[in-house]
Amino acid sequence: MSIMSYFKLPSLSYRVLKVWLRNKDVFMTTLKVNLLPPLLSPLLYLFAIGLGLGTYINNIEGVSYIEFIAPAMIAVSMMYASFFECTFGSYVRMYYQKTFDAIIATPLTIEEVITGEMLWGATRSTINATLVVIIVSIMGLAEYPHSLLIIPFSFVSGFLFACLGMCFTSISPNINTLTYPSILFITPMFLFSGTFFPLSLLPQILQYLAYAILPLTHIVMIIRSLTTGSLDIIMLGNFVWIAAASLILFVLSVNLMKKRLIV
Amino acid sequence: MVDFIAPVIVAQNLQKKFGELVAVEGISFTVEESEVFGFLGPNGAGKTTAMRMIQCVSPKDDGKLEVFGMDVNTHQKEIKKNIGVVPQENNLDPDFTVYENLFVYSRYFDIPKKESKERVNSLLEFVQLEEKKDVMTYMLSGGMKRRLILARALVNNPSLLILDEPTVGLDPQARHLLWEKIRGLKKQNVTIVLTTHYLEEAAYLCDRLVIMDYGKILVEGDPDNIVKKYIGSDVVEVDNTKPVISCLDKTDINYETLDSTVQIYTNEPKDISDRLMKECKFEKITVRSATLEDVFLKLTGRKLRE
Ligand SMILES: Nc1ncnc2c1ncn2[C@@H]1O[C@H](COP(=O)(O)OP(=O)(O)O)[C@@H](O)[C@H]1O
Ligand SMILES: [Mg+2]
Repeated sequence: MSIMSYFKLPSLSYRVLKVWLRNKDVFMTTLKVNLLPPLLSPLLYLFAIGLGLGTYINNIEGVSYIEFIAPAMIAVSMMYASFFECTFGSYVRMYYQKTFDAIIATPLTIEEVITGEMLWGATRSTINATLVVIIVSIMGLAEYPHSLLIIPFSFVSGFLFACLGMCFTSISPNINTLTYPSILFITPMFLFSGTFFPLSLLPQILQYLAYAILPLTHIVMIIRSLTTGSLDIIMLGNFVWIAAASLILFVLSVNLMKKRLIV
Repeated sequence: MVDFIAPVIVAQNLQKKFGELVAVEGISFTVEESEVFGFLGPNGAGKTTAMRMIQCVSPKDDGKLEVFGMDVNTHQKEIKKNIGVVPQENNLDPDFTVYENLFVYSRYFDIPKKESKERVNSLLEFVQLEEKKDVMTYMLSGGMKRRLILARALVNNPSLLILDEPTVGLDPQARHLLWEKIRGLKKQNVTIVLTTHYLEEAAYLCDRLVIMDYGKILVEGDPDNIVKKYIGSDVVEVDNTKPVISCLDKTDINYETLDSTVQIYTNEPKDISDRLMKECKFEKITVRSATLEDVFLKLTGRKLRE
């Protein structure tokens, strides 16, 4: 099997929205249980580290410490929401609930099912990010109107993490092995993407690495520019990186899932 | 010109492999409009694999397969639009209630909301689940789940219904209820393909059937003819003892030995039993009608599967 078979462009229709709708309907009925967990952790960090530890730090890159980490926590809320939706959430639907099996007996294709799942993952990112943005704004930590752009942007970055999560889901032999990407990839990313301290503190080689393989790095940079209201041409580079990575991971995840599910 | 109704399914030399294992090995069959066509066979025979290829969810490896006159490789959406499926394994959506399960499923077929609501309600009535409307599906009994899946398979008004072991694991009451529903659908001229390893089910429901084993079709025909052809009208049974066997060996009667009985397949049960009483002085002779089960066991053997 050639490597190109992993990069075949999926053919999609409006039916992807039916899968999105299914997940939205479930979400609406379980709103209370579903919404809080992925939202809680970035908020806890914001308060514990930002307000607690932050009192010992007067100034970091020209802003207060809590102002420094607020955009990072918005970015983290996007990452958690969409990544976990398309790893553990999708795995349960695929394997335990046989939801995908049921849907592909209808005119929908597996490509459309997977894409719908990832669009929903991106939506979860937008929902969570919006809530965090509101809290951060109330605390006076976001500049307007720039910060309004975070909302559409959260869908784009959420899509990236959804595709990333779906890639892991497609190769995970069981649900427990999904813990590995969470611990080995998501957690380091949470700590080393210019979230709690500037990237420039890292050794040069690790800085390059962070730019090269950690999506959160680019997302934090964009959101920090938006919350502080200091736009920079470099954001364009960040955005191109995010768009390119999303496209590659999107195509890859759909093909990996096809290989797993079409037998 | 002769009016010609195209068959609903045409399979020629259909083949499917899983690695080294050939699950379906060159089967050919034709399913005509409005008939109930059965796939009978022991576990692992390849029935589900064949169904999944017809449903366009599992690609064939070789051979030809057309549904509604369209190739399964190139017209998946068009074919799936007009098929209803009751899969072997229950896959109701546990995140939704009974009503929502049908409603959400109808959305995948682009059925407009208003029409969908009406249809869901009438289907719930058809499978006698109106009272469970707002219950989550994991609260349902096995029989109710199967009925709900049948209703789900009907939301798109399919012209072909695929039932993969529709009554597996159900008690007799639940099974008979489901059988009546299937008979009702047959009256409405829905073409039905069903798999089963329950012989009475096949005999009761199917117009025509095939018996499959190890990926191949062993026989095809309508249930009565198959029984007549392979067994005869009746089966004469006597106890399996040494004197019985030695006496039978002296006659020209063909027999099959099982653990505790000897079976003779025949069209003249009275003749045979009279002869046995006279020539062998047997006291205990049982005569019963031949069934599909006799054919099944004769053709697929008595060895335990799995
Ligand atoms: N996805 C699969 N991967 C590997 N082998 C399979 C798969 N599905 C079915 N098989 C094998 O193919 C054979 C036929 O299976 P199946 O069609 O499910 O039989 P049946 O439905 O008649 O019980 C069995 O030996 C089964 O183990
Ligand atoms: Mg089966």
